[in-house]
Amino acid sequence: MMKETTVPANTEKNVPDTREETRTLTPPVDIFETENGLVVVADLPGVEKEKIDVNVEKNILTLKATPKHQLDKEIAGREYQLLPFFRQFQLSDAVDQSKISAEMKYGVLTIHLPKVAEQQPRKIAVNVAQ
Amino acid sequence: MTSFFWEPIQGLEAIRREMDQLLQQFDSPRGRYARSAFLPGVSARAYPLINIGEDKDNVYVEALAPGLNPETIEVTVLRDQLRIAGEKTAINPDIKAEAFHRSERGAGKFTRVIALPTEVEGDKVKAEYKNGLLLLTLPKHAEAKPKQIAVKVS
Repeated sequence: MMKETTVPANTEKNVPDTREETRTLTPPVDIFETENGLVVVADLPGVEKEKIDVNVEKNILTLKATPKHQLDKEIAGREYQLLPFFRQFQLSDAVDQSKISAEMKYGVLTIHLPKVAEQQPRKIAVNVAQ
Repeated sequence: MTSFFWEPIQGLEAIRREMDQLLQQFDSPRGRYARSAFLPGVSARAYPLINIGEDKDNVYVEALAPGLNPETIEVTVLRDQLRIAGEKTAINPDIKAEAFHRSERGAGKFTRVIALPTEVEGDKVKAEYKNGLLLLTLPKHAEAKPKQIAVKVS
């Protein structure tokens, strides 16, 4: 239902080429299914809510985020470096792309991808004929 | 200590000391080949990852730890040993394992002990958890602070 892809970026004219886009981190994600749809949970440490860009285009969910170190002093020991996060997933037609919502808490982004109405399980009440 | 002439006995002594240190590393609970599985609170992989910063008055520690339950974060300092413990919140346990398409994030309790570059004042440590990064500000102990010596020009 969900396939990971990396779509080649459109190379526009008159846009300066920067290296920023090529050096990215792949955030670890959990993806699970609920009754109403799919939930994508991604670890995005150091990212402010405003610096997240989640968008869907041509059935591809793109997740971009720019983190910022809180430590701005001289570094005495470095074990990690925060780079822009980037990850893409191919969505199936079963996802209702107009109803995607996302929330951020403690550096963890949760994206809700609801299924289109026809795909959701429908409870059918059984009437007992008297 | 080092002599101009070649002193074989002293040379051997130095080698022996180095070998002892090497063996000690393997024996220590933090060593790579230790029986870490049986020891509580020692993880196979250092978590969380840490950046250490320093200026004249403070040592700063930034830990990469998204998704923690802020109430579980425990920071203790003893002289120059800093211990960070906490728990990364697991996803709702009602969701069955079959429902997962991907599970890369992991969850659970962790402990990490780090040696700071200097001694710090344990009771003045400030900790802030923001956007999944834990930032600690640890004021240096008075004795560890560099002393400025005024040079008089006569």
